[in-house]
Amino acid sequence: MAGGATRRPPRPNIVLRYVIRRLLAAVLLLFVVSVVTFGIFFYIPRLAGASAEDLASRYVGKTANEAQLRVMADKLGFYDPLYVQYGRFVKGIVLGANYNTGPTTVRCPAPCFGYSFITQNPVWPDLVDRMRVTGSLAVGAAIIWVLFGVSTGVLSALRKGSIFDRMAMGTALAGVSLPIFWTGLLTLSIFSYRMHLTAPGGSYTPITENPAEWAYDLILPWITLAFLIAAAYARLTRAGMLETMGEDYIRTARAKGLPERTVVVKHGLRAALTPITTIFGLDLGLLLGGAVLTESTFSLPGMGKYAIDAIVNNDLPKVLGVTMVGATFIIFANLIVDLLYAVIDPRVRLS
Amino acid sequence: MTALPQLAVTRADAPTRFLEVRGLRVHFPTDDGLVKSVDGVSFGLERRRTLGIVGESGSGKSVTSLAIMGLHKGGSARISGEIWLDGQELVAADQETVRLLRGRKMAMIFQDPLSSMHPYYSIGAQIVEAYRIHHNVSKQVARRHAIELLDRVGIPQPAKRVNDYPHQFSGGMRQRAMIAMALSNNPELLIADEPTTALDVTVQAQILDLIRDLQEEYGSAVIIITHDLGVVAELADDIFVMYGGKAVEYGTAADLFARPEHPYTWGLLGSMPRMDRDVRDRLIPIKGSPPSLITLPSGCAFHPRCPYAELDGIPCKTVVPTLGEGDRHGVACHIPPPKRRELFATDIAPHL
Repeated sequence: MAGGATRRPPRPNIVLRYVIRRLLAAVLLLFVVSVVTFGIFFYIPRLAGASAEDLASRYVGKTANEAQLRVMADKLGFYDPLYVQYGRFVKGIVLGANYNTGPTTVRCPAPCFGYSFITQNPVWPDLVDRMRVTGSLAVGAAIIWVLFGVSTGVLSALRKGSIFDRMAMGTALAGVSLPIFWTGLLTLSIFSYRMHLTAPGGSYTPITENPAEWAYDLILPWITLAFLIAAAYARLTRAGMLETMGEDYIRTARAKGLPERTVVVKHGLRAALTPITTIFGLDLGLLLGGAVLTESTFSLPGMGKYAIDAIVNNDLPKVLGVTMVGATFIIFANLIVDLLYAVIDPRVRLS
Repeated sequence: MTALPQLAVTRADAPTRFLEVRGLRVHFPTDDGLVKSVDGVSFGLERRRTLGIVGESGSGKSVTSLAIMGLHKGGSARISGEIWLDGQELVAADQETVRLLRGRKMAMIFQDPLSSMHPYYSIGAQIVEAYRIHHNVSKQVARRHAIELLDRVGIPQPAKRVNDYPHQFSGGMRQRAMIAMALSNNPELLIADEPTTALDVTVQAQILDLIRDLQEEYGSAVIIITHDLGVVAELADDIFVMYGGKAVEYGTAADLFARPEHPYTWGLLGSMPRMDRDVRDRLIPIKGSPPSLITLPSGCAFHPRCPYAELDGIPCKTVVPTLGEGDRHGVACHIPPPKRRELFATDIAPHL
């Protein structure tokens, strides 16, 4: 058995092909999203009867007259065929764009979503700032909810019917039913305003500036958001564990003489976690695109709040930017979940 | 094989046989009542011998085997009686003691190899795991051992297939791999729970041959659990017929096939298809369905389905029949032995 020592890699061409196929699918999906987003903001108003000048009027002050609007619409390219406009939109995102605003040309580096109507700032750098906040919030909360949600679910499943199980599932039911603007305000009023233990909301310090301050500002939003999602994870994990622990292969693992802890973690949890991984990827992707309610409740300057402000002010470039970025996060989260799935479950690789 | 530490105290009444089960009861409390899956079962087995436990679904045969393996421990089951394995009592032993015996001294092959193997781990990894719990060896050594085992159970290109996952194996190959896994620690007791039920007929004989060859090679005691009398005819030295959680007939395979005495055994034999029988002859099914294990019929649990119940005023509905102690051929039936033999010769044998 000379071949015993050499470990055969698990069919690299199949794995590679799987990765490439998923990547292509993700790119295609991004293309579709960009078309739909562009269509919503530039094509549908036309269908509703808006002229090129009407579109241009969103870019200039209310005092502009007909002639000025026509000049503006021409500069923005609203008289060009739609596919040319779409091409320009995508080119701006991929390569950057030059804006000819009268005497000077302004360079908007890639990815260019244009300039805010209100603040005149380019959208992308603002978005990056907001992403840092939302990213800090989402990742911190994710760590908490996975740790607590999954471990609570496992313990509940292993001690099904115990007092711990009942209390945990009761709390989890409360967690999934209570909206964050309620739990958020409650925790704020208790921990910030009465006990002065946490930041009162509305403040954010970048981690690069002061990590302790960063955590202090975010700890309450993390816990509140994590509680909401951990509750769902606890219930899911409990159901998954109860199902897997009844599988035949768990009995086989016990028949081998494995210690119970190994049976639970290596054989039970490994299988029960597969659906959790899927949902985790989607939840995280969704949150990275903006945790609207959490950010609003705690007045955090993140993507969600940015999106709301943009919509309220009818600030088109910002809405476009936030939509595209949010969609990108979800698509990439899906991609990562798909790839992870193949790592976790060998049966997926062949299909 | 290194000697196992004798953790349990050996008692004065310890049996001399390798495996001895005495008065085993396995009861499960449920909301509907107490399920008496196994209710007072005794049997013994020597090394190098094969015992076939036969019965319908729900007769308690699988529960008995899981009890020997200690797989009911820690659950809701109430177990009483004695299980002696090589001079060590297992029912009263603590979980850790039995766990260390599991997979090493006694191993089990399960019915459906697809659902019994973890879908996320390669065949090799699962065998390596089984070996390394009981042997402190490196992964490379365990892996070589796994490849040797796969080779021994007849898997072609074992060095390659060791990396495959269960879903990449055919049903028969999977059961071979399952057997390799069970044999990884040279168990002295091998329990095969319906090892061929989930397999194609063509593969069944191969697997049975393999089990028999391996038994000769390793010298283990084998318990084969099945509802298929053809399987025990192939393998077993002794046969133990269970019905409703109790033993109804016990004897050597030769005796049981040539001179069965319990009406339930007759029913099992009558409902077994045979190649040497005329195709126009109908199989004779056992009427009715297996009893509820919560409320067993009074007296002999088989009486509602027995064509000879209350024959000549015997108390089938009131008195529980017993196997009889020390007999080589035990029959738990109220019909007097001469009458049983006569009934078999006149009523049953002509139709088999």
